Amino acid sequence: MKALVLACLMFPLAALAADLEATLTIKDHQFTPSELKVPAGKKVKLLVSNLDSTPEEFESHELNREKLVAGNGKATIYIGPLAPGKYPFYGEFHDKTARGVIVAE
Amino acid sequence: MFGSAIIVFRESLEAALLIGIIAAATRGLAGRNLWLAIGIGAGLGGALVVAGLTETIAEMAEGAGQELFNAAILGIAVLMLGWHNIWMATHGREMAAQAKSMGNAVRTGQREMSALAILIALAVLREGSETALFLYGLAAGDGSSRVSMLSGGLLGLAAGIGAGWVLYSGLARIPLRHFFTVTSALILFLAAGMAGQMARLLIQGDLIRPLASPLWDSSSLLPMDSLLGNLLHIFAGYEARPSGMQVLFYMLTFLVILFGMRWSRPRIPQAT
Repeated sequence: MKALVLACLMFPLAALAADLEATLTIKDHQFTPSELKVPAGKKVKLLVSNLDSTPEEFESHELNREKLVAGNGKATIYIGPLAPGKYPFYGEFHDKTARGVIVAE
Repeated sequence: MFGSAIIVFRESLEAALLIGIIAAATRGLAGRNLWLAIGIGAGLGGALVVAGLTETIAEMAEGAGQELFNAAILGIAVLMLGWHNIWMATHGREMAAQAKSMGNAVRTGQREMSALAILIALAVLREGSETALFLYGLAAGDGSSRVSMLSGGLLGLAAGIGAGWVLYSGLARIPLRHFFTVTSALILFLAAGMAGQMARLLIQGDLIRPLASPLWDSSSLLPMDSLLGNLLHIFAGYEARPSGMQVLFYMLTFLVILFGMRWSRPRIPQAT
């Protein structure tokens, strides 16, 4: 939640456009945070930033999303509006370590 | 090794199955093999270029570049598949009746094949660029497991091509009488599924609204990561949690192509 508030403060225009932002970071083939809370019933702009030099594919059947993130690259993925619940996601190229869950509440 | 084999298999399967269906559906068209080879070759070349440009493409259109790019490819593929089906509804019957070598069919057949070569190039480009990126990541990774991971990748690619071949030879065995019905039906579902995927990408890039999302949830009945779910996803665009817009794209594409096929079918009395 703190990250969300921070993101909104840093991007007042995005806040005006009612785009909530949340950030995921990939490092050493792991997602941080591994549990990301987002508000339910709202569209969220998810920023995935890959600090590894190798590419990764963000994938979630639950969120119905799939997107390549280049090595040392960034990707934007719009998700939701989501019903309250848990939405696991993983990095398809390193699915043993790159795992996480989005919690909509 | 096994993990990388599965990923490459999954990425190459879609393109391989499409090539299998197209190769079967164009049986008997002059110069088919050459056109198929041109399509696959151009697609592989394009895949490497696109893989190298991933970051650039991703940053275009305020971060929605990847979605727009892939949606455009899918859009073109849907148009070409739809056009192929309508073309087949017109000419398939004559070709089936007289095997081939109707002057007209041969001439328009060349145009048809060149268009299908583009379609195959696009499919190979889309799936191939992801595979290339994945394999590049492996090659750049730590040295110890590199060889086994890369050989796994090759194994996956071979399995994907094998699946396309099995589908092709299976289709080629269908009697000519039913042949065009079967391939046309396959292509109809394939095109509708691609249109649904196109909608998903445009929603993911926030370019269109999702409408109801999800419209339904059948993931407990038939999960996407099950074998059947996966196959149905590839062949018929099955989604366990589709948004309303995806279903709308799917239905519209399905109906437009179907009516196009019905409408363009020549009303010649059947030879008995």
